[in-house]
Amino acid sequence: MSEISPGGTRGSTRLDHYVDRYAARTEGMKASEVRALFSVASRPEVVSLAGGMPNISDLPLDVVGKGIADLIAHDGPTAMQYGSGQGTPELREQICEVMRLEGIEAHPDDVVVTVGSQQAVDLVTRIFCDPGDVVLCEAPSYLGALGVFRAYEADIVHVEMDADGLVPEALEQAIAATKAAGRTIKFLYTIPNYHNPAGISLSAERRPEILRICREADILILEDNPYGLLGFDGRIHRALRADEPEGVIYLGSFSKTFAPGFRVGWALAPHAVREKLVLAQESATLCPSAFSQMAISRYLENHDWLGQVEAFRTMYKERRDAMVSALEDFMPATCRWNVPTGGFYVWLTLPPGIDAKAMLPRAVTARVAYVPGTAFFADGYGSSSMRLSFCYPTPERIREGVRRLAGVLEAEMELRATFGATGPIPTLRAGEYDAPSNDLS
Amino acid sequence: MPHPLETTVTENPAPSGLPTGRIVVLAGGLSHERDVSLRSGRRVAEALRSVGLEVEERDVDSSLLPALLADKPACVVPMLHGETGEDGAIREVLDLVGIPYVGAPPAACRVAFDKPVAKIVAGRAGISTPESVCLPAESFRELGATAVMDLIVERLGLPLMVKPARSGSALGCSVVRSADQLPAAMVSAYAYGTVALLERFVEGTEVAVPVIDTGDGPEALPVVEIRPDGGVYDYSARYTAGSTTFVTPASLSDELTAECQRVALAAHAAFGLRDLSRSDLIVDSEGTVWFLEVNVAPGFTETSTVPLSVQAQGADLGELVASVVAAASRR
Repeated sequence: MSEISPGGTRGSTRLDHYVDRYAARTEGMKASEVRALFSVASRPEVVSLAGGMPNISDLPLDVVGKGIADLIAHDGPTAMQYGSGQGTPELREQICEVMRLEGIEAHPDDVVVTVGSQQAVDLVTRIFCDPGDVVLCEAPSYLGALGVFRAYEADIVHVEMDADGLVPEALEQAIAATKAAGRTIKFLYTIPNYHNPAGISLSAERRPEILRICREADILILEDNPYGLLGFDGRIHRALRADEPEGVIYLGSFSKTFAPGFRVGWALAPHAVREKLVLAQESATLCPSAFSQMAISRYLENHDWLGQVEAFRTMYKERRDAMVSALEDFMPATCRWNVPTGGFYVWLTLPPGIDAKAMLPRAVTARVAYVPGTAFFADGYGSSSMRLSFCYPTPERIREGVRRLAGVLEAEMELRATFGATGPIPTLRAGEYDAPSNDLS
Repeated sequence: MPHPLETTVTENPAPSGLPTGRIVVLAGGLSHERDVSLRSGRRVAEALRSVGLEVEERDVDSSLLPALLADKPACVVPMLHGETGEDGAIREVLDLVGIPYVGAPPAACRVAFDKPVAKIVAGRAGISTPESVCLPAESFRELGATAVMDLIVERLGLPLMVKPARSGSALGCSVVRSADQLPAAMVSAYAYGTVALLERFVEGTEVAVPVIDTGDGPEALPVVEIRPDGGVYDYSARYTAGSTTFVTPASLSDELTAECQRVALAAHAAFGLRDLSRSDLIVDSEGTVWFLEVNVAPGFTETSTVPLSVQAQGADLGELVASVVAAASRR
């Protein structure tokens, strides 16, 4: 609605009739240069190392199609009807079988099916967080989860990681400092396997330590595990939830092991929490898509889905190798990156003084894109890092993308050498994950 | 597979006097302003459809030229912002193909899009532009960045406006209020191009003045005053509805309003523009109208100033744009 009047009468408009009515939490919802640049990244000329889209081109579409046709033919009216807010019993049974691979013994009654695990993060935050409550997150952390926590006006406190994942001493310090400040910690959000964006996993030795610290401090753990089955050596880490049924809410997803378009994830929660999650789910969506759940059930039942996951692992490993090899060949020695053993991402730390966000327009001009590290921090840090995704482009395109990125970085370094360090926070924050030295071992 | 932007919809039959045949609206491209361009293109396409024209929206890629050659449209509307769109390149190709298009010819675009060159042309036409220097990054490297920056601050004073020489939507632009902010501003500008413009910052009333020619000669539309909440009309202030107050006609005296419109028309003529342009100006406290730049493919997004000016004129956006297209298609 506009208050501009035709015919010469002066009027003014803000081009948004409701501008004074939005909730305070919309304050940060603004057009940004970075978002505009990602619009260019969607063009095929650009090698996008930015997005985390699973590569599902090798899925057996004939099998999926046959399963869906069979679903419509035999159970169409049920598949296209409203369903249970908790999810179909059949899929919840199957989800328990999937989680058993990670050492979890669970009852289907304690599973809540969600619209992707992203909605599970939302529902958990909805039932736990009041404005000003604290959520502990790794440094860096998944940007989609940070967005949810911000939407519920929770305060995010980052906790240090290293190459073995969350640092127990840093967690203890963060808990103590937050409590000493009189703040309420609602949960620790962690991605223990093939972390997004850091690409690392919590070591087996640290897992009991993290559980102990949270148990003793009475801190609930929100374990987000979308990549757990995508270890390149076929190794499956034991879930935190496997050893702490009452202190952990576990989130899983079919987006990486099958396909994201179905939008099916889940939460496994202690009984009382599960009750509230179901009610929250019903108020949010009434129910997750019955059609999607039943299609996935058929896929799991009629196809060697674990064999397909193995094929995905092989394909992603090849792409990881292509990226690491290209980084070795093209990047300056002052860059550091990790070599992930699973998942989708490499975390790259830039030479001192280089700001990944400031460099992004130059990269887009050179037809390569990445996500600046600042996206993964709630406190403005991360400017000297970037996330590189190897999941979607072909190995050849990945190599070309890294080659272009190296050229961009060289030009940026030259510019920085001319003008000196200009950014307000070009260095690592205290406790920010710093990629280790580059070695393939 | 159809092109994602390949849609052809006709709503109402075209009234007499409007062009017949297919109109192609070009939007998207590979410039940093792709997203803005897509939004401008969509709005112009909808406006043209609302008066009954047959409109096809297309991105610019390798399928464009064969498609245009295979089935020549009556007219092309290049709603491409940034390089390729506003530097004359796409219009050069359209001239080669022999398809009429809305907007200035390539040579005029090249001059208008390059801000330092445009300032020279404007100055020669007697239009005031803020004092400035224009330097490639190499100059700072060769001569020593600190020495050159110190000299610039000494001569031009503070605050300064630092911009990429060839860019739009305020991308890479910074207001520098203290000397220690200048290096970061330079790095930001050079992220978008190899040459930067450093301009004396003029405090005053920021306005936009569209010029439209539907075949009877260029006419300046109502002056739109821009009051960004944060004081700087940056990317966020431009494209987040609710972040900027627009006053139309601008809260200027009749004399200053007329002067702004005169400057916009003078720029339109001096650059050899046609059909459509938008001049961005600042009126200082002394009443001097300063020319900042002229846009040969001004934005038509939901938060752009040209549609607001058209609305203030009492005109219908669809009819007005269709009239411009009609005039262009007769060339």
